[in-house]
Amino acid sequence: MKILLCISNVPDTTTKIRFKDDNKEFDASGVQWIINPWDELALTRALELKEGSGGKIEKISVALVGDKSTEPTIRKALAIGADDAFRIDSEPKDSYYVANQLKELAKDFDIVMCGIESADYTSSAVGGMLSEMLEWPSVSSVSSLEIEGDEVKIRREIDGGQEVVSAELPFVAIVQKGIALEPRIPAMRGIMMARKKPLNVVEPIQADVLTAYESFELPPPKADVKLVDEENVKELVELLKNEAKAI
Amino acid sequence: MSVLAYTENWDGKFKKLSYELVSYAKAIAENLNTETVVASIGAVEEEELKKLGNYGADKVVAAKDEKLKNLANQPYAKTLAQIAEKENATVLVFAHNFTGKAVAPRVSVKLKAGLAAGVTEPPSSYDPFIIKRKVFTNKAFANVKINSDKKILTLFQNSFEIKETENKASIEEFTPELTDADFRTEVKEVNKVTGKILLTDAEIVVSGGRGMKGPEKWENLEKLAEVLGAATACSRPVSDEGWRPHEEHVGQTGKIVAPNLYIALGISGAIQHLGGVSSSKTIVAINTDKDAPIFESADYGIVGDVHKVLPQLIEAIKEVKAEG
Ligand SMILES: Cc1cc2nc3c(=O)[nH]c(=O)nc-3n(C[C@H](O)[C@H](O)[C@H](O)COP(=O)(O)OP(=O)(O)OC[C@H]3O[C@@H](n4cnc5c(N)ncnc54)[C@H](O)[C@@H]3O)c2cc1C
Ligand SMILES: Nc1ncnc2c1ncn2[C@@H]1O[C@H](COP(=O)(O)O)[C@@H](O)[C@H]1O
Repeated sequence: MKILLCISNVPDTTTKIRFKDDNKEFDASGVQWIINPWDELALTRALELKEGSGGKIEKISVALVGDKSTEPTIRKALAIGADDAFRIDSEPKDSYYVANQLKELAKDFDIVMCGIESADYTSSAVGGMLSEMLEWPSVSSVSSLEIEGDEVKIRREIDGGQEVVSAELPFVAIVQKGIALEPRIPAMRGIMMARKKPLNVVEPIQADVLTAYESFELPPPKADVKLVDEENVKELVELLKNEAKAI
Repeated sequence: MSVLAYTENWDGKFKKLSYELVSYAKAIAENLNTETVVASIGAVEEEELKKLGNYGADKVVAAKDEKLKNLANQPYAKTLAQIAEKENATVLVFAHNFTGKAVAPRVSVKLKAGLAAGVTEPPSSYDPFIIKRKVFTNKAFANVKINSDKKILTLFQNSFEIKETENKASIEEFTPELTDADFRTEVKEVNKVTGKILLTDAEIVVSGGRGMKGPEKWENLEKLAEVLGAATACSRPVSDEGWRPHEEHVGQTGKIVAPNLYIALGISGAIQHLGGVSSSKTIVAINTDKDAPIFESADYGIVGDVHKVLPQLIEAIKEVKAEG
C-alpha cells in the first residue's frame, strides 16, 4: 500500500500579511515558509500508520506544485520521514489547476491525503477537486484514520457532531485537527538522510485555470478598544446593550 | 438560467444558516434577473421545504433518496451537479462549512465551474465576475475573478443578512441517477451533539483561555454563557491540556466562528486564535495585561482579573435582562 501526501508551501502562521504593487501581490519579503500545518499533521499520521503496518504500507511520498523556491519545504517533509518527493514545477495558479497537476501522480497510490485548507489560499478545495478528477471517493474533515486489515476506519467531523465512516481504497482523505497530536520534528539523522532521498522534478501538464486574483485587501483598521474600569462592569453591559446592540 | 443554493438539513430541519444562503442566492439572482432555485437532499417534510420560499426561493428541488440519508461526498456532488444541469444554474451557492467544503469542490470539477471559497458578500461585478473572498486564514481578502461560465461560491456564515419575501416557492421532487459505484464510503455511526447550543450556530460565544487558570475555574464562565444564551469556546492550549473538550477549540486550527458577540476571557489574542474569531461583529476582552494583543482586536475591554470581573458581569447582565 502506498500513501501520497499533497503538501503546500505556506507562510508561517505568525506572518503579518502585507501586499505590494498596489495590493496586486502578496509581499513575501521576510516571510518564513513552512509545510501547511494540516499537511504536516497528515504526514505525521501517515508515518505512524506505516510504522505500525508491519510492512504493509511500503511507501510514503509527498507531492507539491510549486517552483524551485519550495524545495526547502519539501526537504523538510523528507527529513520528517517521507520516502520520496515529487515537485511539479509550476506556479500553483488556482486550486483547479493544482488538482489537475496532482492527478496523474495520485493514480499510483492507495490513499491520498490533503489538508482541509491551505494557510495562504484557504480554499478548502484541492482535496475535493482531486478526488473528483480521479473519480475516487473522498472523506473530508477527517480527525482520525486507522487501517484495520483492508478496512479504513475514519472519524470525520460534521456540522453538529461526528461520524465514523469506512472507506474503500483508493480514496482521498481530507484531514483536519485531531489527525495527529503534534507534528513530528525532524531529527538530525532525518535531516542527513533527507539529502539523499529522491526529490523528483516533474514537468507540469497543460491544464485550465478557472480563477484569477485581481487584488487583495486587508480588513479595515479597527477602532481603538473602549476600556471600561474593572470597578464599573455595569457600564460595559450598557455599552453592549445600547451601543453595540450585541445583547 | 438560475442561481442554485444548496441547503442542508439537520434531522429534517433547516437553520438560520440555510435561510442566509437562500437570501444570498436571491440577491444574486435579482442582479442577474433570474430565478432562485434551492436544492435539498434527504428527508425533509413539505412544510419545512416550503419555508425556504420565505427567503426568496422560487423553486425548491428535493432529492429524497433514502441512500442519501448521510452525507457522502461523491453521490451528493453528483446529485447536486444533476440538479444544477437540469435547472441550468450559472451560479451555485454553498455554505462554507464542513458540508460545503466537502461537496462544492467536487461539483466544481463536474461542472467545470470556478470556485470562490469563503465569500462574504455578493459579487462586486458580474461581467467580469469578481467577488471578494477570505484568504490567508481570514487575515485578508482577495478579489477573485472567475473566468468560467459557471461559478461556485461558498458563503461564510453570519456574513449576509436574512431577508424575508413573499412566498412563491413551488416544490418539486428529484430522483438523481446514481449507481452503486457512487457509494464507496459508508457511515457506521453518527454522534450528534445534543442539547447544547452549537458553537457554529451561536449568536454569542463566551470563550476562555489559559488566563482562566484551570479546568475547575470554568463555573462562572458557564454561568455567563447560560445567562446570555451563549455557546462556550476556548483557546487551543486549553483544549490541548484537556481543560475543555476539543469541540470548543476556536482559531486557525480549530473552529472558525463569527458570532454577533465574542467574549474572550483570559485569552492573549495570538494571531492564530484571532484567525478563528476576528469576523465576530463585537469582541469583548477581559485580561489582566493591558498590553495583551487581544485588546488590539477588541471593541470593548476590561483590564482586570477575570475571576473578579465575571461575578459582577453575570449580575449586571441579569439586571439588564430583567429590565427587558
Ligand atoms: C500552527 C499553530 C496553530 C495554532 N492554532 C491556534 C488556534 O487555532 N487557536 C488558538 O487559540 N491558538 C492557536 N495556536 C496557539 C497560539 O499561538 C497561542 O499559543 C494561544 O492562542 C494562546 O492561548 P491563550 O491565550 O489561552 O494563552 P496565553 O497566551 O498563555 O494567554 C493567557 C492570557 O491570560 C491573561 N491572564 C492571566 N491571568 C489572568 C486573569 N486572572 N484574568 C484575566 N486574564 C488573565 C494573560 O495576561 C494572557 O494574556 C496555534 C499555534 C500554532 C503555532
Ligand atoms: N501547491 C500545492 N501542491 C500540493 N498540494 C497542495 C497545493 N496547494 C494545496 N494543496 C493541498 O490541498 C490542501 C488544501 O488547500 P486549499 O485548497 O488551497 O485550501 C492543502 O492542505 C494541501 O494538502
